[in-house]
Amino acid sequence: MTHKYIGKRIQRNEDPRLLTGQALFVDDVNIPGMLHAAFLRSDYAHARLKSIDVSAARERPGVVAVFTAEDMGADWKPGPPLVSPPPTVKDVTFFSRTQVPLVKDKVRHAGEAIAVVVAESRYIAEDAVEDIQVDLEPLEAVADLEKAMRPDSVRVHDDLDSNLAAHIVQVKGDYDKIRGEADLLIKRRIVIDRGAAAAMENRGIVANWDVKSQHLTVWDTTQAPIPIRNGLATRLGLSAHQVRVIAPFLGGGFGPKMMMFYPEEMLIPWLAIKLGRPVKWIEDRRENFYATTQERAQIHDVEMALTREGRILGIHDTFLHDTGAYDPYGLTIPLNTQSHMMSGYDVANFYSEIKVVFTNKIITTPIRGAGRPQGIYIAERLLDIAAKELGLDPIEIRKLNFIPPEAFPYEHKIIDQAFAPLILDSGNYRPVLEKAAVLIGYDQFVNEEQPRLRAEGRHIGIGIVSFIETTGVGPYEGARITVQTDGKINVATGVGTQGQGHFTSFAQVVAEQLGVAVKDVHLVTGDTAEFHWGTGTFASRGSVVAGNAINASAAGVRKKILKLASEVLKAPEDELELENGQVRVADIPQQSISLGELAALANPLRGAVEPGTEPGLEATAYFGPKYGAAAFGTHAMILEVDPETMMVEIKRYVVVEDCGTVLNPMILEGQIHGGVAMGIGNAYYEKLVYDDNAQLLNASLADYLIPTASEVPRIVIGHEETRSPLNPLGTKGVGEAGTIPVPALFAQALENALAEYNLEILETPLSPNRLFELIQDKEKSR
Amino acid sequence: MSNTVEVAFTVNNIQYVRNVEPRMLLSDFLRHELGLTGTHVGCEHGVCGACTVLFDGQSVRSCLMFAVQANGHEILTIEGLGTIDNLHPIQQSFIEAHGLQCGFCTPGIILTLVPFLESNPDPSEEEIRHAISGNICRCTGYQNIVEAVKLAAEKMSPNT
Amino acid sequence: MKPAPFEYFAPATVEEALGYLAEYGYEAKVLAGGQSLIPMMNFRLAQPAVIVDINNIPELGYIRGNNGDLQIGALARHNQVESNPLVARQTPLIFEAMPHIATLQVRNRGTFGGSIAHADPSAELTAISVALEGSFTLRSQRGDRVIPANEFFLGLFTSVLEPDELLIEARFPPLPARSGCALEEVSRRPHDFALVGVAAVITLDQGNRCQDARLVFFSVGDGPVEARQAVGMLNGNELNSELLRLAAETAAKRDVDPGSDIHASAEYRRHLAGVLAYRALEKAYLRSRQ
Repeated sequence: MTHKYIGKRIQRNEDPRLLTGQALFVDDVNIPGMLHAAFLRSDYAHARLKSIDVSAARERPGVVAVFTAEDMGADWKPGPPLVSPPPTVKDVTFFSRTQVPLVKDKVRHAGEAIAVVVAESRYIAEDAVEDIQVDLEPLEAVADLEKAMRPDSVRVHDDLDSNLAAHIVQVKGDYDKIRGEADLLIKRRIVIDRGAAAAMENRGIVANWDVKSQHLTVWDTTQAPIPIRNGLATRLGLSAHQVRVIAPFLGGGFGPKMMMFYPEEMLIPWLAIKLGRPVKWIEDRRENFYATTQERAQIHDVEMALTREGRILGIHDTFLHDTGAYDPYGLTIPLNTQSHMMSGYDVANFYSEIKVVFTNKIITTPIRGAGRPQGIYIAERLLDIAAKELGLDPIEIRKLNFIPPEAFPYEHKIIDQAFAPLILDSGNYRPVLEKAAVLIGYDQFVNEEQPRLRAEGRHIGIGIVSFIETTGVGPYEGARITVQTDGKINVATGVGTQGQGHFTSFAQVVAEQLGVAVKDVHLVTGDTAEFHWGTGTFASRGSVVAGNAINASAAGVRKKILKLASEVLKAPEDELELENGQVRVADIPQQSISLGELAALANPLRGAVEPGTEPGLEATAYFGPKYGAAAFGTHAMILEVDPETMMVEIKRYVVVEDCGTVLNPMILEGQIHGGVAMGIGNAYYEKLVYDDNAQLLNASLADYLIPTASEVPRIVIGHEETRSPLNPLGTKGVGEAGTIPVPALFAQALENALAEYNLEILETPLSPNRLFELIQDKEKSR
Repeated sequence: MSNTVEVAFTVNNIQYVRNVEPRMLLSDFLRHELGLTGTHVGCEHGVCGACTVLFDGQSVRSCLMFAVQANGHEILTIEGLGTIDNLHPIQQSFIEAHGLQCGFCTPGIILTLVPFLESNPDPSEEEIRHAISGNICRCTGYQNIVEAVKLAAEKMSPNT
Repeated sequence: MKPAPFEYFAPATVEEALGYLAEYGYEAKVLAGGQSLIPMMNFRLAQPAVIVDINNIPELGYIRGNNGDLQIGALARHNQVESNPLVARQTPLIFEAMPHIATLQVRNRGTFGGSIAHADPSAELTAISVALEGSFTLRSQRGDRVIPANEFFLGLFTSVLEPDELLIEARFPPLPARSGCALEEVSRRPHDFALVGVAAVITLDQGNRCQDARLVFFSVGDGPVEARQAVGMLNGNELNSELLRLAAETAAKRDVDPGSDIHASAEYRRHLAGVLAYRALEKAYLRSRQ
């Protein structure tokens, strides 16, 4: 199927504005009379709020108001749970505890907001925050997952019997039965630690209540403007149409901006209505470390059973998952971990038990990968260990276990994060792995280059890992497309955009259907006044779900165009072509009409619109997939370790990705580059250091190390294309693919580089210091 | 205490005279007093580089300067480099090489590149990566930024 | 993260600046490059009541030779020091340090004097000043005093600088013939503060014996740390890899006592100290023979 626009490297429509400072971000919003908010945040991770005196703060010149939880009266209520527990799995335990606008009884994580100051400037607001006298009685903090589960542990939520937030078991087949038959049992404890998304743009909200029109406008750095709008309306006692939420350009999302009803999101609009003046709150970088959600901490006790040939018979896993102080996001992340623990392997027996645990840390919600990296880390590490024990090559053991192409759609027989049965729709894994091996020069490296360099005393290693990524989940998205009388096409959809190029890739889908130039398709995203049905940008679903809704809507417009043009040009529909913004009769170029003219004709002010027809050339359509499409990929890397300093240099990096139909290869590659950079951060540089009092010790970009251009290598990308049968475009998501397997890849490559020490890496993140310790431990135990 | 100081300086070739509180950061002054919101703020502790502007032709972090320090000096922000109808070759190159995604860090990177390319008209990949290593990007993984710089160097070379 | 309010003065001469410092003492902080001070003020870790901005005193921004010595004015920016041929020639160790100091943008504003006065134990220039036997001129209304680098640093962000004093100049004597210098450091990303760093200077005598060795660490304690036992093993002796390795081990075992923090453990730092000391000594030795 040859496409004219889909699959092409088309330059982005949104770039000129972004490059010249003409793109609106939330902090750019400036409304006359606007006030600025700043928060008093707790220094303690766990403390009882004894008393608070804001009188001095209120008296400071320039301060308009100060609010505590008390001051909110009946309007104080916790946020709504965002994801309920799965309905289809039996014996689920789930205790829903959600975040609060301001602390009422006790503080449950460092940085939790206790009071809000609204003043003429942010500078004055911060001065006034220092005027507030607060009496906090520190309590013992719950920082460690295992300690949190001890019966004598201090409780994060006093009304619960323990710190258990949720408990769920998923089973496939019968692991206990096959365990006895296994030739090899690999049993390990694997520890995975937290990370922050650290988008370059911190969060922010501007709210404006227009009392005369009784209308609230909110600019919000959210990945989910529609649910925010609906939820705010409910919370504030307004009807949905009185609220407009705009997510303008966002400086990166990566997940935490999909968390909804953050304390600030609940408060700032309320303040705007209460004070009758626009209010702005912009998160600063320090707040971002304390008040924006984080992810990843899990402890797994896992066992893999294999035959002596290397076939996986089953996996048995119990794990603790850190949800932080509250659990608004339900079981999404740990369910993703479960869904990816079997990865793309044919595993007949599976037992996985999750215990979600409250701790005195900021809430955990999905960050790029969203629980998948943890599952993949487990699968790949156990396979690597098994390969070593059985004397198999890492590539061979993976190929041996891949789900074969004829077995799709393949049912993993557990439920995934969308509460749907985990079904991998399509895939062809071997060619992807083989291509990656070729691109990295695997055989040549292992057989020639590595032995030679090793003889010179160099510690150079290779790693190759595979992964699946469930993407494109429902529920649905929609789009409305209109042909304007100037010939330009207007598209409105609900998903927001945080840099993924939706303005262009979606335009390509429309251009393909309507025969217009991509630059003549104008998208509006993330504005509930333009489109108010849908969910948001997460789980690598934008191009799949919104893309297909746009495709369906464009098809609807195309139908109307052909019908009207057929009458106007007096030719049958099947003889008409859409090209260059014109409709014309094939082989008779003079018989044509521009789309703009046609649009004008479609809206006669006089003359009847017949029953069952609509004016204009406009259509709205929705798309909801049956279940999420599963993408697949392989990453390979060669790295060198300085055995004295433990500093690491990546020499070569390859990604081969199969995400079905590619809308724009340039944009796809950019997503992979960025995903890998984030994965490298997760694997070797980024670590959130909490002490025993659940205090974050490195809350700044000087101490939380995000990779720069010096740390990220050149990445070579290869493609395979296995179309998804789940949607007309045949596409799968790819936004998280760069990130997911990187920690597993680092572990394998580092073990390989430091082969003489025979390390077994069962944790992430790593660092030069940690490598040093692992080697020291190994030397001592000899 | 709202002591203000009168300052006079040039931004994008326009002279401004204003009264500012000494503690007002140059980044806030540019964005909110002058409405030049193309300069972005990412950290306010001098690490991320999103706030980079040119100060007397040199790249500096505007979050690590007070507006009063700009008195008598010349500043260039992204708005002064090019417009949608008249893009600077660096800006044009970023479009062609897909050197930006969310665009938040981009103005800071581009302004870092202006003096860099002036003194390094034919940079190697290593030199480019080193030059932009003071600007954090969370979206692109830097590879296409490097491509954009190479393309810009080509466009700006006197031989083309 | 906005700074707390302060009173602001921008003197045009050194005398004027000294007048403010004399008047306000501990309440005042000097603003030079601002690359260390302003982040601390934005975090409100520092809340000086008075800021004395010395950036409008051009006479402090010099780099010049004087009777063989190198004089660097307090306001000389790092990028000026980096590109000055005199520095490259006379104090190659300073020249070698420059690219390690933060980022390009920070070096466009940050000053030599500011870095010294800030007395950050992770700063290359503190250790290098000691290794090069530099001295600093401190001026106040009470007069001038010249302090050798190895007496200047007292501890974490603390020096002998009095509140009414301004650091005016750093001065470095010429290196003797047959000298070689080297700087080695390890940091997570190139522009980060070093996990451990060391500056080495080796001077050979006519007989190719070590006449004078200097080894000064940074990022291992509260200030620059001279490896006295290590250099004691080298002075007066003929140098070879074996001896250099021994000296490096001694430096790591005996001369430094690093602490643990979020970036590195004490053991790892101690290990790195040994590794880097050897590399620096070897390089300095090789260069001294050129």
